[in-house]
Amino acid sequence: MRTMADARDETPKDKPARPARGAGWLAKIAPGVRNLVNRRAETPDNLWIKCPDTGEMIYRPDLESALWVTPAGRHMRIAPPLRFKYTFDGGAYEALPVPSVVEDPLKFADQKPYPERLAAARKATGEPDAVALAFGGIRDVPAVVMVQDFAFMGGSLGMAAGETFVAGARAALERQVPYVAFCAAGGARMQEGAFSLMQMARTTLAIQELRRARLPYVVVLTDPTTGGVTASYAMLGDIHLAEPGALIGFAGPRVIEQTIRETLPPGFQRSEYLVEKGMVDRIVERSELNAVLGSILATLMLGRKTRAA
Amino acid sequence: MTAATRHYLDFERPIADLEAKIEELSRLSDTAGPGAFDQELAALKHRVEDLRREAYARLDPWQKTQVARHPERPHFVDYVSGLIDEFVELRGDRKFADDQAVVGGLGRFRGMPVVVMGHEKGHDTTTRLKHNFGMARPEGYRKAVRLMDMAEQFSLPVITFVDTAGAYPGVGAEERGQGEAIARSTERCLSLTTPMVATIVGEGGSGGALAIAAANRVLILEHSIYSVISPEAGSSILFRDRAEAPRMANAMKITAQDLIGFGIVDRIIPEPAGGAHSDPDAAIKAVGDAVEEELKALFKLSPDGILRQRADRFYAIGRKGVG
Repeated sequence: MRTMADARDETPKDKPARPARGAGWLAKIAPGVRNLVNRRAETPDNLWIKCPDTGEMIYRPDLESALWVTPAGRHMRIAPPLRFKYTFDGGAYEALPVPSVVEDPLKFADQKPYPERLAAARKATGEPDAVALAFGGIRDVPAVVMVQDFAFMGGSLGMAAGETFVAGARAALERQVPYVAFCAAGGARMQEGAFSLMQMARTTLAIQELRRARLPYVVVLTDPTTGGVTASYAMLGDIHLAEPGALIGFAGPRVIEQTIRETLPPGFQRSEYLVEKGMVDRIVERSELNAVLGSILATLMLGRKTRAA
Repeated sequence: MTAATRHYLDFERPIADLEAKIEELSRLSDTAGPGAFDQELAALKHRVEDLRREAYARLDPWQKTQVARHPERPHFVDYVSGLIDEFVELRGDRKFADDQAVVGGLGRFRGMPVVVMGHEKGHDTTTRLKHNFGMARPEGYRKAVRLMDMAEQFSLPVITFVDTAGAYPGVGAEERGQGEAIARSTERCLSLTTPMVATIVGEGGSGGALAIAAANRVLILEHSIYSVISPEAGSSILFRDRAEAPRMANAMKITAQDLIGFGIVDRIIPEPAGGAHSDPDAAIKAVGDAVEEELKALFKLSPDGILRQRADRFYAIGRKGVG
């Protein structure tokens, strides 16, 4: 629950590329140079995106058509609208409403009052909080999908995210369809104190409702998933899929390094490591997620139908 | 224990000084003849009691954090020896190992057959190492699940004592699925059809605490804390400096008195005037009385009612009475 600081910054949004403002003649003749000059390579407004692994400049439209997967295979973090678009058949879905919750229950302030941080995150992401919900078809299997947005205060699990997770499970129950959760979070939202801790229990209760109804609950772990989210709904799926290279763990790597006073081996807490350690069923490339999810959900739902018949 | 060997917290300095004076005076009194300083001693002792009562009546959240972690505060083993008859420790998760950061077993609590478990921090170097300072690895939580399975199988209520800085952040723990282990333990608490009462007797540190605290009733000792992250770790993230921990303790509202208003805990158990460590027996008895009362009330519910009450309890948190 202490790993937000470990996060790498790259937060592409589903916004059209705009020409760089104020870059003048240089941007016109060599758009990539501006990125090199003022190091804003990862911001969405740029036409060229710097690969976080190789440093290579990638033409944004190319990256978009590759579903924000770099030529080096890095699955970059994406916002909920893009995730929904890639996950549902034909990119078609119905956004579901998210419940409203009490804001700032502790009247919390660190260096900034929490409401200011919330307002800034809302402005930056265009989302009300870190979790969004949608309903649509995945290879013709209707499903409710939850997406956690790391760009919104590290995807942190607070009352809004917890309540939205519960609402998503209820929407799946109501429609008698599977629930798919795309997880991404640094952990619990510290600014909501024990209220955020309680979301670990509340989301677990919602999963139990799905279990009792024999509705599939499938988790897709994306980069990064750590802390209280890993210690609750991210690890309670009937099936755990993961995108390649995602950081997945309970304690963040920095916390562990401070504890053991050693540098961690490369690949530690990455998706591939979790498959090897038995915590994840399968790594799925972003371009395959719709097909793999569709297949899994169809099989599980067919079994369920047989039982009901 | 003398004033020189007793563990004093920073805010207890004046008390420590006074107690040292009392000891000095008693020694002088021994040489000067019996009863020489009786009057002075009585007055000083009275003054110490007043100081202690005053200090503990208005502890701030950071001071409470220190009290909650006080090395002489009663721990799991003290509660077991004070409250559980015929305790039989059960060890191991049946998968990998036995983690002594979580201790549990069978016994009788005031005549009732129970499963009892809790975090144990240890009380000296040897036992602290043995219990890993109360910071559990996955095996600790998997043992908890196993014990709860047994409670379900034999219709036994579950009593837990929560006292941990948090789950252990280590390579092995990660390798063996720390997150999954905590999640499954929380889930098992929430699916029990027998009554479960958790008491936060020291530190309720984050998910590692919740894993055995997702109970029908959550009780807390007067000076215990329950928090999503330790004030130190929270401070190092939000302030980039651990030194702001007292401010963080204040901002996160981690005290029993804050949490009861939020519905996150259900009942505060008063501590002896100088904190639970000043009179462990009294503190242990008070905890026992409260747990007994809560358990007896829960026995009136059906297995379904137990499940529903627990779910309603957690779903209600944050939905009303806040803001």
